[in-house]
Amino acid sequence: MKVENLRKYFPVQKSFLEQMFARRMRYVKAVDDVTFPIEKGEIFTLAGESGCGKTTTGRLVVRLLNPTSGKIYFNGSDITELQGEKLRLLRRKMQIIFQDPYASLNPRMRIGDAVGHPLEMHGLAKGEDKGKMVLDVLEKVGLTPPKQFINLHPHQLSGGQRQRAALARSIILRPEFIVADEPVSMIDVSLRTTIIDLMLTFRKELGLTYLFITHDLAVAKYISDRIAVMYLGKIIEMGSKERLFLKPMHPYTQALMSAIPVPDPKRKRKPIELKGEVPSAITIPQGCRFHPRCPDKKETCALKEPELVEIEKDHFVACHFD
Amino acid sequence: MIKLPLLDIDSLAVDYQTGTGTVRAIYDVSFRLEKGETLGLAGESGSGKSTLGLSIMRLVPYPGVITNGIIRIDETNIMKLPEHEMRSIRGKKVGYIFQDPMTSLNPVKKIGAHFVELIRTHEPIVSEKEALERAKTILKNLGILPERINDYPHQFSGGMRQRIMIGLAIALNPSLVIADEPTTALDVIVQERILDLLESLRKIYGMALILISHDLSIILERCDRIIVMYAGQMAEYTTGAELHRAPKHPYTEGLLQSIPNIELSDQKLSAIPGSPPNMLNPPEGCRFWPRCPYVMEICRLKVPPLIAAEPNHLVRCFLYGEKGARIE
Amino acid sequence: MDKVKVTKSMLARLVHNVGSLTKKGPSGWMVIIGIIIVSALVIMTAIGPWVTPYNPSESNVGPIRAPPSLEYPMGTNHLGQDMLSRTLVGGSIMLQVSALSVLVCFLIGVPLGLFSSYTGGYLDSSVSLVIDAVYAFPGLVIAIAVAAVLGPGVVNMALSIAVVYIPSYFRIVRSQVLSIKELTYTEAARAAGAKWYTIITRYIFPNVIPSIVVVATVNFADAVLTAAGLTFIGLGVTYDIPDWSWDLTNGWKYLSSRAWWIISFPGLMIILLALGFTLIGEGMSELLNPKLQR
Repeated sequence: MKVENLRKYFPVQKSFLEQMFARRMRYVKAVDDVTFPIEKGEIFTLAGESGCGKTTTGRLVVRLLNPTSGKIYFNGSDITELQGEKLRLLRRKMQIIFQDPYASLNPRMRIGDAVGHPLEMHGLAKGEDKGKMVLDVLEKVGLTPPKQFINLHPHQLSGGQRQRAALARSIILRPEFIVADEPVSMIDVSLRTTIIDLMLTFRKELGLTYLFITHDLAVAKYISDRIAVMYLGKIIEMGSKERLFLKPMHPYTQALMSAIPVPDPKRKRKPIELKGEVPSAITIPQGCRFHPRCPDKKETCALKEPELVEIEKDHFVACHFD
Repeated sequence: MIKLPLLDIDSLAVDYQTGTGTVRAIYDVSFRLEKGETLGLAGESGSGKSTLGLSIMRLVPYPGVITNGIIRIDETNIMKLPEHEMRSIRGKKVGYIFQDPMTSLNPVKKIGAHFVELIRTHEPIVSEKEALERAKTILKNLGILPERINDYPHQFSGGMRQRIMIGLAIALNPSLVIADEPTTALDVIVQERILDLLESLRKIYGMALILISHDLSIILERCDRIIVMYAGQMAEYTTGAELHRAPKHPYTEGLLQSIPNIELSDQKLSAIPGSPPNMLNPPEGCRFWPRCPYVMEICRLKVPPLIAAEPNHLVRCFLYGEKGARIE
Repeated sequence: MDKVKVTKSMLARLVHNVGSLTKKGPSGWMVIIGIIIVSALVIMTAIGPWVTPYNPSESNVGPIRAPPSLEYPMGTNHLGQDMLSRTLVGGSIMLQVSALSVLVCFLIGVPLGLFSSYTGGYLDSSVSLVIDAVYAFPGLVIAIAVAAVLGPGVVNMALSIAVVYIPSYFRIVRSQVLSIKELTYTEAARAAGAKWYTIITRYIFPNVIPSIVVVATVNFADAVLTAAGLTFIGLGVTYDIPDWSWDLTNGWKYLSSRAWWIISFPGLMIILLALGFTLIGEGMSELLNPKLQR
């Protein structure tokens, strides 16, 4: 999977009159020139706070949204413009898991039907065969005994169980690539590891590649191979897990990591103070978009936007230091 | 002279009488809170921690009913207080910070109006002008420009709205503040600021704090003592340091092993098998037994009593015998 | 064998569902009472022809305008017809008209709403515009206009009432579709590669059904009353067959001569029928979208 110069701008809704008389359209620049590769078998994480564009990027990658500009490559081919039947066929290979287990399952469909539905959609299996595959995949995600679960409705399952059902639904087509959008944020803490471990198992067993989206860097550290930190629509730091956590270089990454609570009462953290709040994505600051809040800002920061540069092996940062 | 606690709760039980059955949301909860102390209520969905916070204010929503127990605030038994007296305690003696700052503020009222209404309801002698002045001072302490007193809630970001909520909770200088998941809807950097703010205000005004959260990390970092709630009961009750050093309840153990620590590498995390119980039909005996790696016969039959395994370390588990020794 | 089992289980579920309504408080009772009333009237109309003491259409079975008595418990009308017999069978036309109009509305309004709002864009905007225009007119006015064009008769009555109500179905369906379209499980279906008609039929429609049921019951109630209205002004039932609204139309002139029984009983039946449907609709609406308590 490779994403190049991806941009997604949402036009700001204006009243009828404003639309007639305004000279320039204003846009919410949700994703603003994002480029990253994902290797096969890798777990690549997009991390950042709300509004940074990670969720939008996830949806762009599976073509639930269409990019304003840029290119998306999957297995070498350009999938940016795919439409109709070709797009549907592509969907067999890419799946997405959503954040809210309460909303991602149709309340009126039984679990068995919901999980097996993708098979029907693509005409891959029917009747008994489909039934067998559904039972098999429910077994895999730990919803046992599977026969008991196929006739239940979502409201009869707990949050963790629903998310497992959603996971089952996503792997039943044996895809190659899964986007997981905050899959554990709305699940009880004691159950999160189950889902995460399932995802890791499937990577090995089914040869899956993941784009993992999260705001929780601690979870990111546990599961990822490589991480990209996003701020206001751009990747400001990217690299292998080891490099990033050992020596975070971008002031935002440093501040973010310092703010994460640690389950240890004896540890005295020293959080880095950041001024102000995250600005709106409609009026992005000039130059480096982080500069108004940066504790280390210099003169160039307000003038020129920094490029993502490889400062050591597999560690990229977009910052004007030295 | 014996120091009397600020908050004294004894054998509290709260039920929700729904159309489909009775949910025993809280059962046999007892603890004390001293002036200026911080208590953390940790737990996951169905643990009853939010209900507990609301019970202290006698704000349990219908169809919830307090079925047992005594709550004393500053020696006053609030269980039988008439509503108008209870109203004067709410806000003035006990402040409450709700979870969702987006919907907890009235969108058609200016921020100043929120404060004025609050202040003048409890202290009618205060003039509107005076109340506004006080509000402006509070805003300054919150790190918000006092001129914004005439802005509406939608003009503030989530983090600032939560700060305003905190401001409203402490405006009347209560002795106790209950914060129910104050940072769940917020990003981590904002969360840090909010919690720091709460801490500094607490110190300035000498308030006690009950912090309710499912995030055990922030509770461990910021609370003197911690109650771990499971399925409406107190599973464990001790100091934060003790809980981290030597957790006694299997649930606490499991919980601590499932939290990723960003400062550690190559962590081996494990989840607690199973799911939190259906509170309409919880398991017989100890409510945790279906998920417990150390389950014994007696666990399935009887509810373990809360005992002191060590001085200042209460746990509800049959693993701990009379003298507090752990049975292996 | 399998089919018997399935039907039995469906019946069992139906009984269970109705039984569970009793536990849901006042709204549940509303639905139950409404169902009882409607069922009673339907059954009465169905078995009516067999239990009438006299032939409802036969004139002069008794004295003209005789007050209620043992022989004629509901009295007789100006043609000497027995009111009890007429009341027993008089609901047939109204029920047929209402049922037919609801069916037509459903078959036209719902798919139109589903397709138009799911597609969106100019199609949706134009269709909505037309529908809103129709909606703006008072129901009876449109019904009269259409009935005037089509002429009297059961089917035409049903059609004219249907035209009035299609906009309601359309609007409810549309508002539901617009919100469900944005929900995550619809997104998930799209992401899995579902075709648009699959999404509409299996993801959106089943979740829209509860709201449609509510509209349908209100539709029924209103259809009953509109049918009565049409007959009253001469655009509905025009020949003498036993019908509540026909009796109502012809009977009101006798109020002044104190023959109250001629309009009272048919009128009461009409009210009961409309009430029954309304109770079901209100009750279900409350159950499905509970208002905030206290």
